[in-house]
Amino acid sequence: MIEKTLKGKPAYWIWLAFLGMFMAIGAACYVRQYNFGLGMTGMSRDVSWGLYISQFTFLVGVAAGGVMLVLPYYIHNYKEFGRITILGEFLAIGAIVMCLLFIMADLGQPMRALNVVLHPSPNSMLFYDAIVLNGYLFLNVLCGWVILTAEKKQVKPPKWIYFFVYLSIPFAVSIHTVTAMLYCGLPGRHFWLSAIIAPRFLASAFAAGPALIIIACLVLKRVANFDAGRKAMNKLVTIIIYAGLLNMFFVGLEFFVGYYSNIPGHMHALEYLFFGLEHHGHMYNNLVPFMWAFVILAFGSLALLACPIVKKDDFYLGLGCAGLFIAFWLDKGIGFVLAGFVPTPLHEIVEYVPTANEIGITIGVWAAGFFVVTVLYKIAIGVEHEVEG
Amino acid sequence: MDKQRRKFLKIAGASVVAGIGAPAIIKLSSSPAFASGHAAPAADHAPAADVHGGHADAHGAHAEEAPTGVRLGMVIDMRKMADNPGLLDNAISACIDAHNLPQFPDSKNAIKWIWKTPFENVFTDHSAYHASKKTAHIDFPALCNHCDDPPCCRACPTQATFKVVSTGIVAMDFHRCIGCRFCMAACPYGARSFNWQDPRPYIKKYNKNFPTRMKGVVEKCNFCGERLALGQEPACVEACKGTGAITFGNLNDAKSEVRAVLDKEFTIQRKPTLGTKPSVFYIV
Repeated sequence: MIEKTLKGKPAYWIWLAFLGMFMAIGAACYVRQYNFGLGMTGMSRDVSWGLYISQFTFLVGVAAGGVMLVLPYYIHNYKEFGRITILGEFLAIGAIVMCLLFIMADLGQPMRALNVVLHPSPNSMLFYDAIVLNGYLFLNVLCGWVILTAEKKQVKPPKWIYFFVYLSIPFAVSIHTVTAMLYCGLPGRHFWLSAIIAPRFLASAFAAGPALIIIACLVLKRVANFDAGRKAMNKLVTIIIYAGLLNMFFVGLEFFVGYYSNIPGHMHALEYLFFGLEHHGHMYNNLVPFMWAFVILAFGSLALLACPIVKKDDFYLGLGCAGLFIAFWLDKGIGFVLAGFVPTPLHEIVEYVPTANEIGITIGVWAAGFFVVTVLYKIAIGVEHEVEG
Repeated sequence: MDKQRRKFLKIAGASVVAGIGAPAIIKLSSSPAFASGHAAPAADHAPAADVHGGHADAHGAHAEEAPTGVRLGMVIDMRKMADNPGLLDNAISACIDAHNLPQFPDSKNAIKWIWKTPFENVFTDHSAYHASKKTAHIDFPALCNHCDDPPCCRACPTQATFKVVSTGIVAMDFHRCIGCRFCMAACPYGARSFNWQDPRPYIKKYNKNFPTRMKGVVEKCNFCGERLALGQEPACVEACKGTGAITFGNLNDAKSEVRAVLDKEFTIQRKPTLGTKPSVFYIV
């Protein structure tokens, strides 16, 4: 099936070359960072995680979001998702590849990464995160490949694969739960120390992941003559709206707990994120525009997706999904991780601004992920066309 | 052809096995030599028994303690610090010299093991509302608390940071650390620093008795495990010798000097509500 990636229209090659260019830039930036050290980034002693870990956190959600296709199709036998379930699985592969690349980019000593395996530490959440992420990657590669091969041969998939398909469902939940546990089990980081982090992560994941799949379907419809079907899309929109609303509800609960209890530690990070935090006469409010953009985009997109026009018009559907995806990226891919470091354990405020080199690596990793997804989608669509034609 | 191929595979296989085995053999034979020959740098990552052996020498009076019962800690007397301006600076520079701490011009790269900062930053849970003049005007030392229940060790995915069983010191293995900085997020005291770049050009006075670090690893106060192994006091304690500003010893030993101070004085710890059980106490 891999041969399908080698034949394509010029647009396909131009797109891959476009991504390849950013990957090359990212690689060049990484070489600089590797040689100099992580001092090439905007991270500091006080904000010790930055863009890499926040992207990682968001993308784990995108990967987990694929389960919103797998679950209805395999558990509830929702046939409409038959054509696009493979897209969810392949998107998860691309997202996990990005996650692993971001982790590697963030390590101070990447050559020692295997120490996580050589010195397994069951008390560390990072140990479990490595297990579930790699496990989920493996499961999606296995299930996607076996089922697609069966489709190509026009036979039923082998029975044993269903064990792994069903196993991938709790794994999808586990990757984001464990990722939340990286944060919510740390004493002294009040913003993260909240039992609702894992549910909130899952809710935003189940909105952002399917939103990206809808965008992918709309693109494939234009460029690859692949129609996912209106009914499937509309069902996905319903899932996205509920999951998106749940996320906003959970964000609201954080506000209630912080501001009603009036405990300063529970309010500081929220204040910093949404209103700016004053400290020794200086106003720290770097992230305020991002967070209000998140709120406005999220509610705006959810309102748009609830409109009947979305059920007919591809443009508005794409707009709503893109808006929601960006909104939740601002929330989880920017705000959540950075605000955890405000204030510092010694109640100082240090703001973080990524450097150009850091942004270059970040864009490079995103490009690599899109490259993987493009190639995988090329295979999936190629097989579908072959079977139909 | 087939025979030749089989022969080749045999040789190749044997050499691979030998290749895998060789480092293990070298490691086995060289590690005790390493531990005894370079006692100082080994103290941080040598097996617990070795560290304890050195430690027993260092604190003859504590030698009767059960090997697992030692919990080193310190009491910092801020009254003495206030009476002796410059004492804290001496302690800090003694630490810098002892551990090859780089001095970066910017706070972004700062490597701090023990440093000074106002009361409200050290004791963020205590109210600074109408604080006494003394707490408002003098700087307090902040350092690793060598918690009895350290969240950093819980978070570390490679056991590169760990509690030394025989001393209770929270130590670092600079050679195992992968630089994920999970421990920095986990530490509620901001006690950990990361080498964002090669620190060596920024070391003012090189001390050949302690290893320098490379870029990409985390470091922090080690309660001078390497000095204890040689029978010396921690550098900051030694710098305050004779003033009683810092008392160091085994918190689990009822007869120790540090316990005598704790029994007599009212002390506070940083963020005790987090359950980390800090081993550094302050008399304000």
